[in-house]
Amino acid sequence: MSEEKKLFKVTVDNITIDVEPGTTILQAARQIGGDVTPPAMCFYSKLQGSGGKCRTCLVEVSKGSEKDPRPMPKLVASCRTTVMDGMEVKNITSERVQDARAGVVEFLLLNHPLDCPICDQAGECHLQDLGYEHGKEGTRYEFNRRTFEKEDIGPYIQLHMTRCILCYRCTYVADQLTNNRVHGVLDRGDHAEISTYISKAIDNDFSGNMIDVCPVGALTDKTFRFKNRVWFTKPVDAHRDCDKCCGKVTLWERGDEVLRVTARKDEWGEVQSYDGKPGWICNTCRFDKKHVNDWVIEGPTKVNRHSVISQGHYIGLQKPNETISEVMGGRDPKLLMDIHSVSDVNSVELAALPGPATSKTFEKKDQSE
Amino acid sequence: MSKKLLLDKAHVEGIRNYDVYRREGGYRSVEKALKSMTPDEVTEEVKKSGLRGRGGAGFPTGMKWGFLAKPEGVPRYLVVNADESEPGTFKDRYLMEFIPHILIEGIITSSYALGSNTSYIYIRGEYAWIVDILEQAIAEAKNNGWLGKNILGTGFDLEIYVQRGAGAYICGEETALLESLEGKRGNPRIKPPFPAVKGLWDCPTVVNNVETIAAVVPIINDGGEEYAKIGIGRSTGTKLISACGNIKKPGVYEIDMTISVEEFIYSDEYCGGVANGRKLKACIPGGSSVPILPANLLLKTAKGETRLMNYESLSDGGFATGSMMGSGGFIVLDDNQCVVKHTYTLARFYRHESCGQCSPCREGTGWMEKILLNIENGKGRKSDIDLLWDIQRKIEGNTICPLGDAAAWPVAAAIRHFRDEFEWHVENPDDCLRRNYGLANYADPLPIATPA
Repeated sequence: MSEEKKLFKVTVDNITIDVEPGTTILQAARQIGGDVTPPAMCFYSKLQGSGGKCRTCLVEVSKGSEKDPRPMPKLVASCRTTVMDGMEVKNITSERVQDARAGVVEFLLLNHPLDCPICDQAGECHLQDLGYEHGKEGTRYEFNRRTFEKEDIGPYIQLHMTRCILCYRCTYVADQLTNNRVHGVLDRGDHAEISTYISKAIDNDFSGNMIDVCPVGALTDKTFRFKNRVWFTKPVDAHRDCDKCCGKVTLWERGDEVLRVTARKDEWGEVQSYDGKPGWICNTCRFDKKHVNDWVIEGPTKVNRHSVISQGHYIGLQKPNETISEVMGGRDPKLLMDIHSVSDVNSVELAALPGPATSKTFEKKDQSE
Repeated sequence: MSKKLLLDKAHVEGIRNYDVYRREGGYRSVEKALKSMTPDEVTEEVKKSGLRGRGGAGFPTGMKWGFLAKPEGVPRYLVVNADESEPGTFKDRYLMEFIPHILIEGIITSSYALGSNTSYIYIRGEYAWIVDILEQAIAEAKNNGWLGKNILGTGFDLEIYVQRGAGAYICGEETALLESLEGKRGNPRIKPPFPAVKGLWDCPTVVNNVETIAAVVPIINDGGEEYAKIGIGRSTGTKLISACGNIKKPGVYEIDMTISVEEFIYSDEYCGGVANGRKLKACIPGGSSVPILPANLLLKTAKGETRLMNYESLSDGGFATGSMMGSGGFIVLDDNQCVVKHTYTLARFYRHESCGQCSPCREGTGWMEKILLNIENGKGRKSDIDLLWDIQRKIEGNTICPLGDAAAWPVAAAIRHFRDEFEWHVENPDDCLRRNYGLANYADPLPIATPA
């Protein structure tokens, strides 16, 4: 008997590929690559059980399989639907899919604060990419956006619940990487929120990976908070011997200063795998090793040219001169707006203003309170 | 009088107790099934009966049982869905309150057919007192040898457990119910795999409605073919309808699916007509999730035929001119009811009950609620009506579970059939706060389209 595995033939947008049985449509499309790959906000191939929730990866199955050629009546979540032999899938060639996806993008952005200018995730945010590629230019939502009470989940991770799209990835990280999950989704429906039960700090050796898997700016690195825009920092591959994790990371540098440490990401924004094992990194590597001497530098990270991060031009390893005190004649710059305090939605009724919002608008609000 | 199979003995004094229930012929189906039939024969009888799921979707029960995977050495489970939370539906509550033993009897027979040695009743948390009734019935059945080890000396073991929900409508969705039963957050699972293959604790599971399981009792007693003789076409047997709204006699009625909707509303045997001398404006024939119909389309189909109280006739014309049998929550609206307000109430319900797992339902239901509230309060715009239509269209079919559809359909149907009323609300922002739109032309006979 030959041990040769039978491969399934699957066609995505008229491109045919042979994949192993058990592959999902999304992974088959990723093997093809390019434009035919549906976007995915909640699916994360390294986290078991993830996917199916955000509905951005919906595709039309126009032919079920060779044996049963009937099309599937509904659009299906490509991340959780496995391929059948002879299946034909329509993604960008289906108007239904495009229409449904535009709807999903609008839904995801309805209550999203769109505070990208002060969000640390900006520049590497999947929701920005999704909105740019599949969204409409405006929203039809005219109501106040949803807000949540702020919660402190410890010294390393900053939670911005208003930005969350409830992909559940971080709960899978806690379930599958750490020995004790202390956070989860509380409440339901549009007031569901990621939270710890009775305000507990998330403290675990691998909890930092929640930051890496978060597709939006809901979970960001507190040690990097407001330090710099990601596209002004220089990504460098580096490694160190770590007894807890693989130790393979990307350092985000400004000059020779390490501002942030993350796991290395692949082209789908997921953590890279080494020998089939996902390269999660531990909190020591991520939060405590912020000096170039802690690391063996391998060289600049390859950044996809579509990414805004590739727009940075890093010349040498020299830290740019801080010229602000020179310009200001030794005085400190005046604080125009404290972004810590305005990192808030609905704090100002923008629609009620006669003109565009300025720093004055926010000053007035503070006085009235 | 139509034939009653489930509620026939419901009002016999003391029927809630085992002695009376047994004296009235209870537990015959268990004796018959366990002693003279194989499990496959029981399933075959259910298939022959044409019984369709009474929970709302109307899927043939025998076929569902036939899909159950039966791998060696893996336990199988029967879970009874008593999480009846649909606004307007209260038939299971009635059945369990008055005649709990028929459910226990049905579970024993069905568990035997499916090979389940542990069966669960997942009951809506708000039905706290019914848990006591059921547990008493289970204890009585056990004391009399109908449950436990080696039932009737046939070697069949069965235990029944009652599990209370915690007050979430979504846990009536079968996979969310299983998650909740496992002690997790009640989020619907992504299908496939279906529960018949991977259900409770990853084992093959059948989830059936209370009424479906109870209907197994008369099917086994009288035979599937006898059961199939009642009713019309593929709507066999009897159906419990919980009638409410502006009718003279709200309550639970057992019908044999041959009567017309008109007869059901106006005859003294059933609803007794619209209350307070008012006129019929609209009706939701199958619980809050199914499309609302104006009076003219409710009584007659678009083809001009009399609409009957059964699966096929109620859904005649698809969603364009028809509705659904659903779970049998029959809600009648008279001419003093406001369809906009009513739609808003439903939208609020679905916003509140959405589990928040998938984006179209989580975000879309809240959006629809806000727009509907604006229209109801006279702050709406004409474009809002089209926006609502577009939102419901983008929710429907794009969600993990049917709650998204259930939230979208009532809004879609209200706009489809009552657009005038929505527009009146927009055009008369002051008037709409003081009075209702009224009956308008919603009861006028419709012209029957001649076939082209």
